[in-house]
Amino acid sequence: MDFNYLTWIIFLPALGALIIAFLPRLSPRGVRWLAAVFTFIPLALSIYLFTIFDRSAEMAGVMQFEESLSWIPAIGANYHLGVDGLSLPLMILMAFLGFLVVLISWKIDLRPREYFAWLLLLETSILGVFCSLDLLLFFLFWEIEVIPMYFLISIWGTGRKEYSAIKYVIYTLFGSAMMLAGILSLYFTTGSLNMVEIAQGGLGMIQTAMPAAAIFFLLLTGFAVKLPVFPLHSWLPDAHTDAPTAVSVVLAGALLKMGGYGMIRLCVSIFPGVAHDYALPLIILAVISILYGAAVTLRQTDLKRLIAYSSISHMGYVLLGVFALGQLSLTGAALQMFSHGVITGLLFAMAGLVMHNAGERDLRKLGGLARQMPIIVVVFSVAGVASLGLPTTSGFIAEFLVFVGSFSSGVVPGIQVATILGVLGIVITAGYILWMLQRVFYGPPLKQFDKVKDASVLDRVYMFAFIAVIMLVGIYPAILTDVIKMGISPIVGLLGG
Amino acid sequence: MPYQLVWLIFLLPLFSFIIIALFLRPFLKSQPKTAGYITIAALTGSLGLSVWALMEVMATGQPLPVPDITWAVVDGLTIHLGLLMDQLTAVMLIVVTVVSLMVQIYSQGYMKGDAGYHRYFAFMSLFTASMLGLVLADNLLFVYVFWEMVGLCSYLLIGFWFHRPSAANAAKKAFIVTRLGDFGFLAAILLIFFNTGTLDITQLHSLAATGALAGTTLTWAAIGIFAGAAGKSAQFPLHTWLPDAMEGPTPVSALIHAATMVAAGVFLVARTFPLFSHSTEAVTTVAVVGGFTAIFAATMGLVMTDIKRVLAYSTISQLGYMMLGLGVGGIAIGIFHLFNHAFFKALLFLGAGSVSHATGTFDMRKMGGLRKIMPWTYATFLIASLSIAGIWPLAGFWSKDEILASALENQPVLFILAMITVFMTAFYMFRVVFMTFGGSYRGGDPEAHGKPHESPPVMVMPMVVLAILAVVSGLWNVTGDFGAFMGHGETHSFTEGFFGILTHSLPWISLMLAGLGILLAYAIYSARWLSAESIGGMFQPLYNLFLHKYWLDELYEKVFVGRVLLKGFFAGLQGFDVYGVDGAVNGIASGAMATGRAIRKAHSGQLQLYGLFIGIGIIVIVACVYFFG
Repeated sequence: MDFNYLTWIIFLPALGALIIAFLPRLSPRGVRWLAAVFTFIPLALSIYLFTIFDRSAEMAGVMQFEESLSWIPAIGANYHLGVDGLSLPLMILMAFLGFLVVLISWKIDLRPREYFAWLLLLETSILGVFCSLDLLLFFLFWEIEVIPMYFLISIWGTGRKEYSAIKYVIYTLFGSAMMLAGILSLYFTTGSLNMVEIAQGGLGMIQTAMPAAAIFFLLLTGFAVKLPVFPLHSWLPDAHTDAPTAVSVVLAGALLKMGGYGMIRLCVSIFPGVAHDYALPLIILAVISILYGAAVTLRQTDLKRLIAYSSISHMGYVLLGVFALGQLSLTGAALQMFSHGVITGLLFAMAGLVMHNAGERDLRKLGGLARQMPIIVVVFSVAGVASLGLPTTSGFIAEFLVFVGSFSSGVVPGIQVATILGVLGIVITAGYILWMLQRVFYGPPLKQFDKVKDASVLDRVYMFAFIAVIMLVGIYPAILTDVIKMGISPIVGLLGG
Repeated sequence: MPYQLVWLIFLLPLFSFIIIALFLRPFLKSQPKTAGYITIAALTGSLGLSVWALMEVMATGQPLPVPDITWAVVDGLTIHLGLLMDQLTAVMLIVVTVVSLMVQIYSQGYMKGDAGYHRYFAFMSLFTASMLGLVLADNLLFVYVFWEMVGLCSYLLIGFWFHRPSAANAAKKAFIVTRLGDFGFLAAILLIFFNTGTLDITQLHSLAATGALAGTTLTWAAIGIFAGAAGKSAQFPLHTWLPDAMEGPTPVSALIHAATMVAAGVFLVARTFPLFSHSTEAVTTVAVVGGFTAIFAATMGLVMTDIKRVLAYSTISQLGYMMLGLGVGGIAIGIFHLFNHAFFKALLFLGAGSVSHATGTFDMRKMGGLRKIMPWTYATFLIASLSIAGIWPLAGFWSKDEILASALENQPVLFILAMITVFMTAFYMFRVVFMTFGGSYRGGDPEAHGKPHESPPVMVMPMVVLAILAVVSGLWNVTGDFGAFMGHGETHSFTEGFFGILTHSLPWISLMLAGLGILLAYAIYSARWLSAESIGGMFQPLYNLFLHKYWLDELYEKVFVGRVLLKGFFAGLQGFDVYGVDGAVNGIASGAMATGRAIRKAHSGQLQLYGLFIGIGIIVIVACVYFFG
């Protein structure tokens, strides 16, 4: 490998952040353009990697574009990067959102230098999580993410922003503490920090200092907070609601996926046996997350809070797909992560636009905006029907794969019942999405919104990008599933399936 | 012609949608009518190709071998996107393209001057494309895909005038209620895929026939599919969305909520019929739900005063007949009624649209006397009413007679219900005819413009075409040809079928019942020998029950969704989320803070106090060692 693609992709935003923070006499305009450039190049590079990613069968499970440098020899920690079929789509997702959130944030005028510097640093940390193959490096990126997030929510947020920001931090640190304990236990039992090596070696041969199930659950708790899984979700509505629009997009779009990614990459790959033994309670938690999340969503009256809660329900499908432990269900879960990232990203972007232009976010006070916002109503509706899983959108095929995969996985008896209960979630989803659209856009035009503006040209650019991806994956899912199966099939092999 | 062309039947309206939605915007100002022209041109093409496809299927007697596309999702789930161009599809294609074309022509007049003119035609094109895709798809996954797409179009078109809260509510209700049924359909798909590993319809047919798919699995799969069908086709207890769906523009009601989309449920059962016919429970369920819905909906049709609502309940009732026909007689009988019904019911809706175009209202109490003013509308509406009432030799007679005959053989109880429904159908239809066209004009909508007038030719012409079809479409099976085409039944000569039917007693009984219904309507609403009020008074409880739609809307929306779910269960969950889950988290946080505050008091910085603590500690340790050591 001559060119260190992954290093460039990960650290270009951070470099941009440094330049923005320290280059003297930058105008806000210059800041925005710098941010756009330093997020666009990683996006272009990751799309290029997507096109040259080797999809041949013998490459299944092999990390591609690998980079490895000795980092802390004393403990065997390496600067080790690489992507496979599981992480590549998520890396692209983050790069995609990373660029678009700069466009979404174009109108930010409060301390733009700091804002964009934090935003770019956030992108670097999430990209790093998806590309790290070394446990310590993984953990480092995982922790760095908290810092920009804290400042972004508490300074540029709305409502109870300090409360939400500190809540987010404490929750995440609680999860990370568990995760760190898990990672250390893994290190002391296997003597390695190499994620691929540990997964391939398996833990069966090694005498573990503590039961494998304990390590599994330490790691899982960290990821479950992020995903989130009921009952560890209560940070999410607050953080999403009070964060500025662009940060909500990154939170819901990419950050939650760190949880799902970690579950597949570490919990399932390293502990296939434990995952199998404990599949039943986790599947039950998934169904609870789906139905409980959807039911609570239906009761929300704040536009952003409603979308935030809907994520709990949609991430429940990921959990269901992961612990159904089948080829189709895991593929579905991976696809659902990507799909939800784009769809909910667009939902939050649209909600932000409505709030920004109409100056109102209470669903009981909004109404009739279809007249003033002819473009936003179309785009918001597309995002909405994608979220409720309408065919031709990525939401449908991802959820359908999860359902088919879970129903036929046979990992635990009675998983069919759990799946059918999960399917019931799509009815409730239809309820809250259509209710939301109706409350915002339909009904007689209201006088106080007479002067409200529609989307600007810049808004239309990112709207188009979002919709193009949603429809592309919805109509031609093989574009992603071909890649995802490269990462999933070796894991299914470990599961003995 | 190469069979690839069958793809165009579905693609032409799709292209029409794409052109109107994406590329037409710059021309809208100067040429607003272009949207309608593009839609009509595309549908004319689809209709021509559908006729050709029907001819080919008739000539070969086999499904046409249409090349397919592989739509690979992932290993383990590879789907071939193919078209199943068989007899059933050929018939459905004719229904969809003919009615859609007529409705689009009519819409040019009806929607003239509407601000959403091009949006209307874009949605109509998308709907027609999805509906054609639905009948052409050769596997259940793609049936489901298009099934959802027609549902979306229905949602968009019911809510077309979205600034009306009632329209927005009706649209949402339609989508959610049908999605409840779709839940069953999706579950059935999962069950079928799990047990057979395929979703290909032809393969499923043979699996059911050979018994590879049998027993409870088959029954549950069939019931699940039927749940989806019952949602789309507005069968009890999922029927409540259809009357509300009348909030959409009337041509939409004619196309989507009378002739095509609501019939998709019937089509779906027919499409997967081998799954039903090999399970007694499933096929009986279809017959019973259908038969019950037929009479149940008809009772509500008796008392409505909104012309479109009467027609809506009539549609539900007739869809019940179709289900009954499928349940007791098989594909040919159920689908034949679907085929005939599509034309006369679309015509009735277009007639209702024409009437409201003239009077500005759908309330029949404000109409009357339109016979002279709107002769074309009157004549075509009358033909359609006679046809739906089942009067020999119009279309409705032939298909209804077959359903009744099969019901008599297999389900005597349902037969009696169906006979009563014949009477009710004739009564409520002629109640509409007399209230709308008979007597003298009662003023229409007070706020409407000017005097009532006949609709323009662009609206009358499609009605005339459909009226001709409402007369003759039933003749297809006079000789038994339709049944033979669909795969069972024998043929005989035309004269034998046309007059021979009158040598049986059953047709006479049903004709007599229909005649009685018409006579009663005449007695009450035209000659006024009886007063509607006094009859209503005699049957007050029943009248109220029907008028309030058995209070099912209240039960579903206010009691179940409103109180039990939203205000009850879901609110409880939300309370739990805020006070339970989040409260626990905040509780732990404030607990930690309180502990910190309490402990902080000990750290006062006074050495004496620390000394005291150390002293107490030493004493305690010594005491412990002394006692326990």
